[in-house]
Amino acid sequence: MSQPLLQIEKVTKIYGGGFLKRGPVTVALQNLNLTIPQKPAEIITIAGESGSGKTTLANLVLGFITPTSGHIRYLGQDVAQMDKEELKKYRREVQAVFQDPYAVYNPFYRVKHVFDLAIKNFNLARNRREARDQIEEALAVVGMRGEEVLEKYPHQLSGGQRQRIMIARAYLLKPRLIVADEPVSMVDASLRAMILDIMLRLRDEYGISFLYITHDLSTAYQIGDKIYLLYQGTVAERGDTVEVIDHPKHPYVQLLIDSIPVPDPTIRWGSRATTIDDEEMRVSVESGCRFYPRCDQRMDRCLESHPPLYQVGPGEHQAACFLYEDQPLAQVPEDNLAKERIPAAD
Amino acid sequence: MSVNFAHEIDERRPAGTDQVVLQVEGLKVYYATPTGDVRAVDDVTFQIREGEIVGLVGESGCGKTTTAMAILRLVQSPGRIVDGRILVDDVDIARLNERELRQIRWTKISLIPQGAMNSLNPVMRIKDQIGDAIETHEGRQPRQALKERILSLLSTVGLPSRVYKMYPHELSGGMKQRVCIAMAIALNPTLVIADEPTSALDVVVQRVVGETLLDVKNRLGVSMILIGHDMGLMAQLVDRIAVMYAGHLVELADVYSLFREPLHPYTQLLIDSIPSIKERKPLKLTEGITHDLRNPPPGCIFQLRCPHVTDKCRTVVPPLLEVAPSREVACHLYYDA
Repeated sequence: MSQPLLQIEKVTKIYGGGFLKRGPVTVALQNLNLTIPQKPAEIITIAGESGSGKTTLANLVLGFITPTSGHIRYLGQDVAQMDKEELKKYRREVQAVFQDPYAVYNPFYRVKHVFDLAIKNFNLARNRREARDQIEEALAVVGMRGEEVLEKYPHQLSGGQRQRIMIARAYLLKPRLIVADEPVSMVDASLRAMILDIMLRLRDEYGISFLYITHDLSTAYQIGDKIYLLYQGTVAERGDTVEVIDHPKHPYVQLLIDSIPVPDPTIRWGSRATTIDDEEMRVSVESGCRFYPRCDQRMDRCLESHPPLYQVGPGEHQAACFLYEDQPLAQVPEDNLAKERIPAAD
Repeated sequence: MSVNFAHEIDERRPAGTDQVVLQVEGLKVYYATPTGDVRAVDDVTFQIREGEIVGLVGESGCGKTTTAMAILRLVQSPGRIVDGRILVDDVDIARLNERELRQIRWTKISLIPQGAMNSLNPVMRIKDQIGDAIETHEGRQPRQALKERILSLLSTVGLPSRVYKMYPHELSGGMKQRVCIAMAIALNPTLVIADEPTSALDVVVQRVVGETLLDVKNRLGVSMILIGHDMGLMAQLVDRIAVMYAGHLVELADVYSLFREPLHPYTQLLIDSIPSIKERKPLKLTEGITHDLRNPPPGCIFQLRCPHVTDKCRTVVPPLLEVAPSREVACHLYYDA
C-alpha cells in the first residue's frame, strides 16, 4: 500500500509543566493515532466536547504547535524534519478553514486581498490576468462570482458568504487536505448545508480530504466518512461515521448522541445528563479511564489503567472501554473500507 | 393548497396560564444608515403568557435579537423604535423614561444576553456579581440574608455552593451560563429573555443548560423568550414558536403543530434543513435573506425564496392571521377568501 497522505503516530501534546514551572500539566492529546489515506479522499470527523483536544489536533496538523512526543508524517515524511522547501509545499497542500468567519478577515482590506496574498506568497500566477482566472475558478467552486464579492469589504458579506470565500481561498492553493475547524458552527442552521455541500464536492470532484473538526454530530453524520470521538485527549471511539452514530458503544459517545436535541417535540431528552466539574479534569497523565467520573457503567477495573481500543463492530469500529474487554484488541488500523457515500446535491 | 387541521393537539404540556405577561403590538425597529432605514423589525405583534417558553427563531439578521432588545428598550443608536406598543402589566415600555425603565428591567423583565458567559466580570467573585444585581435594585441587604438568597439561587440552577466564592475563570462555559441564569432570576422577574443561551456550548452541556432553563421555568412559573436558530433545541424546550424572517413574524404556533405540520414555506425550509442523525439524505441548499433590507419588495417578504410564489404575493402583504386554533401564519396559501 502506498504512503498515507497524513499519518499521526502516537502523538501526545502536553501543555504546562516545563523546565522551571512545576504546576500541573494539561494533557491535551494522549497517544493519538490517525491515518488519512491518499485515495480515496475522505472527510474525517474529529468530534468531542470543548477541551477534548480537537483544536489541539488541528493546530498540530497545521504546524502551529509541535507534538510533545510522537510524529506527524505527510506522505511519509516527518513534518518536524522538513526543510524549508518541503515545509512550503506542506503548507500549501494542507490548508485551513477556521471557525469564526468574522475574525479571519482584516476589515480594512477588500475581499480580493485574501486571494491576492495567497497568490503572491505561493507565486501561483505570472500575471494579473492569470491570477484573476484562478480566483474566478476558485470562487466558482463555492458558487460565487468575482464581480459580486471581490471589491466588497468583509462587513458587507454574510457569515455564510465569508466562510465560502475562505474555502475558495483554500481551494485556490490546490490543497490535498483541508483542516476545517468548526467551519459551520457560526453559520446559520439553514445555510450550513451549502458549506457542507461544498465540502462534499471538493472531496468528490477534486479529491481533497478533510479533517472536519466539530462538536456537531448531526452534520458529521450527514457528510463524514470516518469519525474519531475524542474524550479529554484520548480516542473514545472511532470507525465509520454511520456505523458509530447508529450503534455507539462507548458510554461517553452514547451520552453524546443521546444529548443531541431531536427536532421532534414528542421525543424529549431522557434522564438527566451530568457534566463534570472542571478542576478535576485533565491533570493526570495515566490513571485509568478519563470518563470514569461521569460514567454510569464504571467498574473498579476502569481505575487501574487506561482502556485500549477494542474491536466492537464491523470495519474499524473500535471503542476504548473495558465493557468490551472480551472483544479482540484493535490492530494498528490502516486499511480503507469501501463505504457508502452520499453524492453532493445539485 | 389545503391543509388538514383535523387532528387534535393532544400531547400539549400545561403551557402556562391564559394570563398575558407581555403584549407586543405593531413593533417597528429601524436602523438608520446613510442610504436609508434598515427595517430590522417590521410590524411584529405577539403575546407571551404566564409560565410559557416561546421560541423566537430565524436566521441571523432576521430581527430576533433586535426584537428582544426592543422589549427591554436596549436598542442602540442608530437603531430606534419607530412604532408599536410593548405592554407589561398595562404599562407601555416604549413610552417610559429612563428612571421608570430601571424599575422594570430585571424586576419584571430580565435578560440572559448572547454570549452571556463572557459578560461576567472576570475580577469579581460570583457572589459579588449576583449580590450586586440584587442590591442595585433592592438597596443594601443584611449580609446573612443576602448570602442565603444567593446560595439558594445557585442551587436553583443546579450549581454547587462552592461556586459562591469562585471567580468566573474557575468555571466551565456551562457553569458560567448557569450563573447568568441565576442572575436573571435573582429578582423574580415575570419574563426572562434568553438570547441564544446555549450556542457555543457542546451538546451535553447544552442539554444541561437547557434542562436548567426548563427546571427554573417549572419551579418559578416564570415566562421565557428563547432566541435561537437550533430547531432541535427549540423542539426540546419551548411551548410555542414564533418564526421570523427579515423583520417579519411569519408563523406563530404551538411547538407540536409546528413540527408536525409547518405552514409557512419558510418554516418548512427551516425544518427541512435540520441535519438528521437518523438517516443520511442529500443536503438541502438554501440562500440567506436575499433582498436588500433597506428596500424590501412590495408584497410578501419571502417571495424571492418561496417555491409557491404567486402574483398576489408580489403585490399584497400577507397579514399574520389565525388559520386554526393556536396557529397564526402570514401566507396567502392559507387564507380562505
